[in-house]
Parts: sequence; C-alpha cells; structure tokens
Amino acid sequence: MSTAQAAGAETTRQATAPPKKGITERHRAERKLAWMLCAPAVIAMLIVTGYPICYAVYLSLQRYDLRFPDDKEFVGLNNYADVLTSSTWWGGVWNTVIITVVSVSLELVLGMAIALVMHRAIFGRGPVRAAILIPYGIITVVAAFAWKYAFDPTSGFVAGLPLISDTAQPLNTHGGSLVVIILAEVWKTTPFMALLLLAGLSLVPDELHEAAKVDGASTVQRFFRITIPLMKPAILVALLFRTLDAFRIFDNIYIIQPGGALNTESVSILGYNVTINRVNVGLGSAISILIFVCVILIAIFFVKALGTSTAQQTGEAK
Amino acid sequence: MAEEGTSRKTRTVVALVAALAFAFATGCGVGGDEGGSGSRAINWYVFNEPGGSYDKAVADCNKDAGGKYQINYVKLPTDANQQRELIVRRLAAEDKDIDLIGMDVIWTAELAEAGWILPWEGENKTAATEGKLEGPLKTVDYQGKVYGIPFTSNTQLLWYRKDKVDPPPDDFTWDEMIDAAIKNGTAVEVQARQYEGLTVWINSLIAGAGGQIVTESGDVKVNDTAKTAAEIESKLGTSKAAPPGMSTNAEDQARQGFEAGRSDYEVNYPFVYPSAAEVGKDFQKNMGWARYPRSVKDKESRPPLGGINIGVSKYGETPDLAFEAAKCIANEQHQGDAAELGGLPPTTEAVYETQQVKKAYPFADLLRQSIETAAPRPVNPAYSDISLAIQKTYSPPDGIDPNGIVQQLRDRIEKAVEGKIF
Repeated sequence: MSTAQAAGAETTRQATAPPKKGITERHRAERKLAWMLCAPAVIAMLIVTGYPICYAVYLSLQRYDLRFPDDKEFVGLNNYADVLTSSTWWGGVWNTVIITVVSVSLELVLGMAIALVMHRAIFGRGPVRAAILIPYGIITVVAAFAWKYAFDPTSGFVAGLPLISDTAQPLNTHGGSLVVIILAEVWKTTPFMALLLLAGLSLVPDELHEAAKVDGASTVQRFFRITIPLMKPAILVALLFRTLDAFRIFDNIYIIQPGGALNTESVSILGYNVTINRVNVGLGSAISILIFVCVILIAIFFVKALGTSTAQQTGEAK
Repeated sequence: MAEEGTSRKTRTVVALVAALAFAFATGCGVGGDEGGSGSRAINWYVFNEPGGSYDKAVADCNKDAGGKYQINYVKLPTDANQQRELIVRRLAAEDKDIDLIGMDVIWTAELAEAGWILPWEGENKTAATEGKLEGPLKTVDYQGKVYGIPFTSNTQLLWYRKDKVDPPPDDFTWDEMIDAAIKNGTAVEVQARQYEGLTVWINSLIAGAGGQIVTESGDVKVNDTAKTAAEIESKLGTSKAAPPGMSTNAEDQARQGFEAGRSDYEVNYPFVYPSAAEVGKDFQKNMGWARYPRSVKDKESRPPLGGINIGVSKYGETPDLAFEAAKCIANEQHQGDAAELGGLPPTTEAVYETQQVKKAYPFADLLRQSIETAAPRPVNPAYSDISLAIQKTYSPPDGIDPNGIVQQLRDRIEKAVEGKIF
C-alpha cells in the first residue's frame, strides 16, 4: 500500500513542478502558497510512509529475530546477501513475474474489450457499467475463497463441467494452482482496468473517427491507428497501477494455496512468512526493502514511458 | 453572524475530538483489571473448543476460586498457525493482557527461549508433572526446566474398515498397507497438504525408522531415515492408493474420504470416531482401530504427538494467581471433561482409568500406549522455521525425489536453525 502511495506522490510531484524560467514576484508568492498548501500532506506522508520505510531499512541491516532478542546485532548487508543468494527468493520472484505478466496482459485485452462495450453501450449504460464493476467490488479474500471452492476436487463444480476431465485437480499441482490464482486475479481486477481504459476512450474525439471513415479506414485500422495511439497515456497509467498491484499479490495466494504451498510463493507471501510467521524481522525487512526496490523500478519504467508518450502527444498537438 | 457560526463550528469540532479521545481511552482498556466483582481477571488465550469443555472448566474454576480470581476464556482462531502468530506477536510486544496461554505442544521451546513464559518450579512443578504420561511431559520440558502444565494430549491411530480388510498385525508397515490398498483398489487417507500436518506425518515416519531431525541445541541429525520417510510418502503419492487431492488434504478431507468409502485405511486423530457415528451406526461398528503403522518392519512405530499445555506469561500482572488458575483448569476432572466433550485425550495416566474416558474412547488403552511412545516433534526454539523447511522439502507427495532428499532437508534445517532463508 505505502509503496504505491509513495510512487503516486512521486508522479504528482513531477507533474506539479513549477517552471524554472522567468520567476516573477507573483510566481514566487504562488509557489510559496503552493508549498504551504502541500505541507500538511507532505508531513503526513513523511510520518506514515517515510518513517516506516526508514525503519524497515534500519531493521534490514540487523540480525533481529523477535524470539531471540539477545542476539540482536548489526550485520550490515548480510540479510540482503542471504536473501539474494537463496533459491527461495528467486523462486518467489519468478512466480510473481509470471503472475504479474500473464494476469496484466489478460486484463489489458479483456479490459479493453469491456471498455469498448461500455463506451458503445447505447441503452442501459448505468446497469451495464454497474454489472461489470461487481467483481471489483467484492472483497479479494471472499473472491479467492469462491475460486478455491469452485476448483476443489471434492466439492467444487468445475470438475463436473463438460470438457473438463473429472480427474483434473488443478489445485494439486504447481502449474494448476498458478492458473487458478491468475484466473482469480484477472476476474477480480479486469473491471478496474476497464474503468481506467474507458476514461481514456472517452478522450478520443469522434471527429477523428469520422474523418478516417471518410478516408476509407476499416474498423480495425481505426482502432489501431487512432484509438490506441490516442489512448496510450491512459493505457500506460492503467498498466502502471495494475502491474504495481499484481507484483504485490498476496491475498489470492494466501487463500488459494495457504502459505504459498506447492511452491506458489510470491515475494509478498515470502515476506509475510519470514516476518510474521518466523518473526525474523531483520530478514523480513530485507525482503520488504527488496520488494520496494522492485516496485520503484517498475514505477520508474512506466513513468518514463508515460513521460515520453505525453511529450510526444503534446508535441504533436503543437 | 459569521463569527457566531465559526465559533459554533469550533465548539462542535472540539466536542467531537473530546468524544473520540474518550472513546479511545475507554476502548483501549478492554480486558484489563475488571473481573466479576472486584476480583483479579486471568485471561486465558486458547483455541475455541467447540465441545464446551473449556467453558465448563473455566466456570468450575471461577466458582472454586471464590472471588480470588476470575478466568476469562479468550478464544483464538482454530488454525494453529494463526494462533501462534497472534500469541507470538502479542508476547513480543510484552502484552500484559495475556496471563495464561493454551500452548500447542510445539511452541514450548520457542516461547521459553524468548523468555516469554515462566518456568514451573517447586510445588508448581510437582503439580504440573505428577502422574503425567511420558509423551506429554517431554513437550513441556526445555533445557531441563518445565514450562507448562500438560492439559490435553493427542495422537493418531490407524483406522480401517473391518468389513473390507483384515485387522492389521502388530508389525503392520506403511509398505504393506499401501500394497493392500492398491490390491483392493482403494486409497490410504493421510495428511499431506503443505502445512503442519505434513510435518507431523514426516516426523513420525522418520522417528519410526529410528531417526531424528534436530536436537534441542540445534544439531542437525538428518540421515538416511529421511529418505525412508520420503520413499513411503512418494510410494503412496505416486501409486493408485493416493487419495484424490492428496497434496491438499488435511485431517478433515481425510475423514471425509474415509467416510465416503473411498479408502479402507486412514491415519488420523480420534475425532474421526464420534464423527463416524453420524454416517450411520453400522459404519461406526465397522470401523476398526490399530496402532500407527511402522516405517520399517523391525522397529516399533512412533505415532504423532499433539495437544495443549498451559503456560504462564511473563508479562501478566499476577503470575501467582495465573499458576493457580492453570492448575485448576488442567486438573483431572477437566481432563476427563475435555475427553468426553471435546474429544481431546487426557495427559494424566489415571484419567484413562475413569468411566468417563473409557466410555468416550473404547480404544482408551491403545490411545494411552500410543501417547506414551509417541514421537514429539523437534524441540527447538526455531521450531516453526524447521517445520516450514520440512513441509517445503516433502511437498508435493508425487513430486519429491527420495534420493536427493537427505541433503536437501539437511541444508534447509541448518539454514532454519541459523535463522536464514531457505
């Protein structure tokens, strides 16, 4: 949560940075006012995110297990070395990357389709949008239980469906579990993706479509040549949010394969197991910081991509 | 006008803040010193026993205490892992609210090493250990001191269908059982989900082959017996006798599988016996019991050992009263009640001779013998890490390689003991 907020704050700060050239008296006064207006938010952010992050960094440099308070000592980067040389961490990273890439790609395609439907819906716009948003309104844990029960080999209905082998037990295998986890994730968050894309769609002016139609462009051509390029910033924002979210996946796995059983551990589950279950706060903090670094890298990547795409667009507009 | 409006607003805000502050101040005091009529409250954190035996024990003790103390039964989640997480987190924060802890038998070393629970000394020690079975006694011992009073115990038996298979002989092995099931086209019910139950199974298989995983001081003792355990698990997991969903089955799925008739054999705790009566009187009549199967032909089996010990928190404000309350809760009468109402076997030998227990368990003698010779899980302060390492190494049952497992388990246990990631 806090990392996403921090990343959000970062983008806002970049976006609102005042121009450097030609600072007049009035500009200076306005800037001062802006700082004063921002100050409460900045202070609150520092308290609720800055402090925990710094404390986690401090803890990650200690050998600190709550069960052995006497053994607490400064160990430098040992915890990081320990984590980065373990196959468990890399296994977790691999799982997380698979889940993130597959689910976000599926969500993008499905979300786009749904957004187009919502955009074009002529009658019953309200009910259609509300219906599509229902999965997103359901608590993740509840949704995860529903998926788990559906695939349960003894009581689930999936095994009884036609075209599916009666002996198929996806939750008993590593690959099958990942598939169910990804399905649950996609089902739950596609509406969110669709909503963000819908906002982007409504920015595409109808005149452009009409002009292209006159020039003889097909529907497919119009979609890929007009809609997609104009929506690029919206798509990137949607991808940014969802990738950051998906990378920190926790609740779905926690419910569907408790504790990351059958090697379905994501990095967040690993961090939880080490910090909360093993109460090894030092090692757990090192994992948290590493996750934080990954999230920042993802954010930087998207923000950079977003920056170039908006720059291109404003350049074109001029 | 405007000024009046502002001041009214200010007053409202002040009133709201005051109300909130008051709510906070009073809200945080929940579960403090207030007990019944001015007596001292003793908060007992323990899992929720649905049979009602713990409620009865608490009510009895409060009556006997005559106002000296008042026990509050604070119910924890049913999942053992969640119980431990909650207790460990609170104790690490030196929570004064906890006086007594219903400790799973595997927590003793962890809580004792951290200094969160008090040792039982002098008279208290005598009361905690007198007349108790050897198995449960091992679970309260850490570095020569006693850290809890054994309350209830538990172990697994081998359940079989009398109408389908012959009674197993005394030296019945896992191999023979799996072969028999394959021959009959049925399954063997076990607990092989990647959770504590898998550690329970593997620990018993290793101990049954004469091995040990790790000592109290952290010496890793993993040897070829770890391979024997893996061979049994893998044989079942890859055979036709593997029950559907084996790699995600826990106690309850095993019970359901047996009750549904898909298996002739099941290893499980005694709660399955009263449950069988609900399937039908005939079903329960056809349910036989035997000692836990052997890992190797020439060595006695070492059944699992579970149960609850009561520990006294270091941070409670009145430890003397807490010791007294714990002794009352864990007395012979309440052990009998726990057996009758909750299906939890006693820890005191004499209680097995009472009519109450004999009636609840037609197999009381077998239960007592099994508990006496059971294999406790490793006593080590890093137990939860060790258990996670075992679960990881032995899961899934159809995907492990018995040949590489000794080295793999040893590596992981060594890292677990050193507090490293595995």
